[in-house]
Amino acid sequence: MTTPTLAVKVLRAPRARRRSSTTYLISLGVLAVMTLAAVFAPLIAPYDPDQVDFSAFYAGPSPEHWLGTDGLGRDILSRMIFGARTALLGPLLVVVSSTILGVLLGLLAGWRGGWIDAVLGRIFDVIFAFPALLIAILAVALFGKGLVAPVIAMSIAYAPFVARLTRTLVAAERNRPYVAAYRVQGFGGAWIALRRVLPNVTPIVGAQSTLNFGYVLAELAGLSFLGLGVQAPTADWGAMINEAQAGLIGGYFLPALVPAVAVVIVVVAVNVVGEELSDRIGGGTPA
Amino acid sequence: MTAVRRIAGKLGALLLTLFLASLLVFFSRFIVPGDPVSFLLRGRTPSPDAVAAVTAQYGLDLPPWQQYLNWLFGALQGDFGRSLQYRQDVSTVLGERLPVTLGLVVMAGLLIAVIGLSAGAVAALNRGRIADRATLVGLTVLGAVPSFVGSIVLIAVFSVQLRWFPSFGSGEGFLDTIYHLVLPSIALAIVFVVLVGKVTRSSMVEQLGREHVEVAMSRGLKRATVIRRHVFRNAIRPILTVAGVLVAGLLVSSAIVEAAFGLSGMGSLLVQSVDRLDFPVVQAIVMFVVTAFVVVNAIIDILEPWIDPRSAAGAGAR
Repeated sequence: MTTPTLAVKVLRAPRARRRSSTTYLISLGVLAVMTLAAVFAPLIAPYDPDQVDFSAFYAGPSPEHWLGTDGLGRDILSRMIFGARTALLGPLLVVVSSTILGVLLGLLAGWRGGWIDAVLGRIFDVIFAFPALLIAILAVALFGKGLVAPVIAMSIAYAPFVARLTRTLVAAERNRPYVAAYRVQGFGGAWIALRRVLPNVTPIVGAQSTLNFGYVLAELAGLSFLGLGVQAPTADWGAMINEAQAGLIGGYFLPALVPAVAVVIVVVAVNVVGEELSDRIGGGTPA
Repeated sequence: MTAVRRIAGKLGALLLTLFLASLLVFFSRFIVPGDPVSFLLRGRTPSPDAVAAVTAQYGLDLPPWQQYLNWLFGALQGDFGRSLQYRQDVSTVLGERLPVTLGLVVMAGLLIAVIGLSAGAVAALNRGRIADRATLVGLTVLGAVPSFVGSIVLIAVFSVQLRWFPSFGSGEGFLDTIYHLVLPSIALAIVFVVLVGKVTRSSMVEQLGREHVEVAMSRGLKRATVIRRHVFRNAIRPILTVAGVLVAGLLVSSAIVEAAFGLSGMGSLLVQSVDRLDFPVVQAIVMFVVTAFVVVNAIIDILEPWIDPRSAAGAGAR
């Protein structure tokens, strides 16, 4: 079964020098570019995202407007750059807060076991029954449109996924010899759990959590597409597609297709990076 | 005897989960600050009569637990109260909208079963070869196509450019409805095809590597027989576990597809009700989706010993 060396291996795994795949590097590059665009949007965007060009409604790509303009004559590239802010920030907040919440609950359930584990497991089961998008829509119904309520709601919706994984890992870790060794030395349970066990499980959980980013991005953009998230005049990828639907039937594809393609590219990139990270980190530990 | 006890246990768990979910759905209204009458009448200018009517109708002057019990016992009899925007019973409004959504979900479900299972099986049986790689790349890309993106692209290509399929409405009559639902069901299915395809592949790959499969192959049994009897039958269990997620996910995502294709189903009713602050309808639809998820999961749990006889022998028999 498990030998003492295993624990040490988890703690001090010499980072295996593995050649990064080209798709991984490209995906990292895509995410870096998107992040920079979002952060420095006002400096990079050629136009104000809400500025109307009365000489160009539904204009095709041109030197003035690289990706053309929408039905109100607004520059699509500029709107995409500003839209990257909500597109990336929302999922980031959800992933970070659901990971923190999930890790803490999972640690509690896995470490203490017993009735705490049973009660938390039951609560997770109930939350699992609500698809994340449904919780987000319910949150909008309660607190009104915008991204704040859905982001909080989805953090709760995703936390059980993180907690389940953490719980399993922690429960396995608890029986490792190094934990017993710390106990013999007189360290308290809480100290061992937080300072010694938690660092061992967080890399695996963190890598898995990055895989949620893509789903959350798609769901929040979908919410804005439904007109329940980011509201219309604001530049947001989902809201842009919502606004562009009328033009789509009229044969003006760019205003809808550009944000649609952007969503796909970012989600693919995030998933490639997330899977590569899970592979690397998951490789060092016995599953 | 044990089978009866097992089923009773599963049903008990089902009822408990549903009960807790109903508490969450009903009392969610109470975490919103402010008094319940003005919450239900948000965005409307209530006359004193309307306030009195709403108070009486929802029993808002009763203590919360009694309001809950009234709602629960009503809901158990199919009575979810009255819609604020339609001035009709919620169950009537839902009943009108449900057929379109169910049609959409069934068509998408068929696509998911056929394409997801075969893509996963093809990939698993050609593991490491070009067909596997191509399928995995295809699944990775398609997995990043949310239903609103799928809808937009399908409308652009097949409705506007090629004019093969309509981009709006659900049509009349059986065949016309199916024709109208082709693009929506594809848009709805994409992400879930990927989910089923990936689970099928990894589950079959795991089974293909098992000793008894290798022994069967080395004994010279026909490959097709081995795959059918030893690989696929054992691989089916993990695939079925995603069915609950699938059904609930399809019901919720249909909101997006219905919005994109102008279908008046349950999903667009949900969005409309959120938009027009019609909370009783929102509550009913949320409860419906959650119930669908829990019931499908329970059915699969209960049928498990018949699908996978190993699980009947004991939990650890895997």
